[in-house]
Amino acid sequence: MSSTTAAAPAPAVDTPGTGKSPGDAARRVPVRVWIGAGVLALFVLAALVGPLLHPYDPVATDLPNRLLSPGERTDGGDIAWLGTDQMGRDLLANLLAGARISLLVAAATILVGGAVGLVVGLVSGYFGGWPDTIASRIGDIQLAFPSILLAILLAGVLGPSVTNIVITLAITRWVIFARVARASAMATRKLGFVDSARVLGAGHVRIMVRHVLPSLWQPLLVAATVQVGLVMVAEASLSFLGLGVPVDTSSWGATVSVGRDYLGSAWWISTMPAAALALVVTAVGVIGDGFRDASDPRSQI
Amino acid sequence: MGAFLAKRLAQAVVVAFGALTLVFLIVRVVPGDPAKLIVGPDASAEQLESVRADFGLDDPLWRQYVDHLAGIVRGDLGDSWRLGGSALSNTLDRFPATLSLSLAALVLTVAVGIPLGMLCARRPGKLLDLVVSTGSLAGQAIPSFWLGIVLILIFARRLDWLPATVDGSPAAVLLPAVTLSLPFIGWLARLVRSSALEEGGKDYARTARAKGVGEGTIQYVHVGRNIAIPVVTVLGLLMGNFIANAVIIEVVFSWPGIGSLMVDAITNRDYAVVEAAILTITLSYIVLNLLVDVVYFVIDPRLTPEDA
Repeated sequence: MSSTTAAAPAPAVDTPGTGKSPGDAARRVPVRVWIGAGVLALFVLAALVGPLLHPYDPVATDLPNRLLSPGERTDGGDIAWLGTDQMGRDLLANLLAGARISLLVAAATILVGGAVGLVVGLVSGYFGGWPDTIASRIGDIQLAFPSILLAILLAGVLGPSVTNIVITLAITRWVIFARVARASAMATRKLGFVDSARVLGAGHVRIMVRHVLPSLWQPLLVAATVQVGLVMVAEASLSFLGLGVPVDTSSWGATVSVGRDYLGSAWWISTMPAAALALVVTAVGVIGDGFRDASDPRSQI
Repeated sequence: MGAFLAKRLAQAVVVAFGALTLVFLIVRVVPGDPAKLIVGPDASAEQLESVRADFGLDDPLWRQYVDHLAGIVRGDLGDSWRLGGSALSNTLDRFPATLSLSLAALVLTVAVGIPLGMLCARRPGKLLDLVVSTGSLAGQAIPSFWLGIVLILIFARRLDWLPATVDGSPAAVLLPAVTLSLPFIGWLARLVRSSALEEGGKDYARTARAKGVGEGTIQYVHVGRNIAIPVVTVLGLLMGNFIANAVIIEVVFSWPGIGSLMVDAITNRDYAVVEAAILTITLSYIVLNLLVDVVYFVIDPRLTPEDA
């Protein structure tokens, strides 16, 4: 396993994996998962260092250079690789700044929502009884709500800010993680080694942390990869509706919304961020599928 | 059956009650002065005072909650300060538009998704199958609001085939319905495909094959009846999803449904309308879930209420 992961730094276009690579078949990572991982890594890298390599202020206006099409030169002689918008802002810089927000919001939401879900699910699955009943009923009620409605309501009430978006989305997501964690915790607490630990005199906290928790990581990881894509789309949707990030922050959804008014003359404004979003979400989806297949041997058919 | 229904109904009531409470809490307990939210940041002290009195905001929270619940029982969710008149009637006026959009999307999804899934199951791993499975992944990744914009650009602006928004003609529903259903068509096709493959390998299908029944008859008659169970279940949930997801699509297409009303109301701090809209959508969501449970029992005679 370690040898295969170490030997794959640039996975974009190699075709082994189907051939005679070592390791047993179930453990082999399909090529498309590597491609997905490569695309995701590219975006993460772009979000981290992109704004340094492409030092244009994403929100500075430059009216003489407005609505340049992709590849056109500004009057300063620079190439606007992805064009400029109606205020003359460089779209590539905008896209890179938007990638930061999108990935940051997704990561923070998954961490916060996942942590809350993990604790709630672990406790309710391990103890059962009334804590479980209360947590499960709250979860039921929340799931009876279409999550997009809850997100719109929360985001609208809290007002636009990056922190509020994370809070909003984490609130709509924790239930999913709690359910996953609860199911695994319930299954694990019935196993022999948990009983053994109890007989040896281990306390509840120790059993939960040392013996039950390790079996939760894998299902939670699978759930997280599925949720990342959904969270990114949700952030973009909220920003599109004007309920997401504040106006002075770049966000893919907000840029798509701005570009609506210029569709006939400047298609690239809306299309570039939407394509970026679709690409990342697909990449994350492929990785998530790979994770799921790897963790569920029955789905190998 | 009666006992099962009663149990499910009771659950639905509890969930609806919880949802109500959740909305109440979010709107009222969230930091900030609700009166200020209602009249805006530069309201005078007298305005704030009168709003507080009108909305009962000076009462303790439990008192407001009880009043709120009593209001809901009477069908009174307060008045919309922006549109005038009762918030609930304003919302219900918009409901048919949302329903017809969601229904059109559901019809599209079923009409395309089910045959597509069946075709994929006939030749798994072949070209069509691969196209559909890749397409469904991409369809779910493309943000729906952008898909809507692109469809407007192509079919309304460039080709001028279809209206981009309501113009009185029935064709106006097409673009938003396609936008709404596209991500789910591939998804339904995949569901139909995998159930058809699973059922097609079962004993009864093998028996039918052994006695010389044609492959088409097996697929559409023998297997089809068994696939109906998971598919019908999913249709109810899909309809619920469409009603909820319509919120964003309605904004893109300026569709006069509950969703665009709600987003307008949120940006204008018209919380009575927001609550009425959420209540309406959530209730239809719950009712659809209930309906699915009932249909499930009606179409699958193997199930007994003990399975619930």
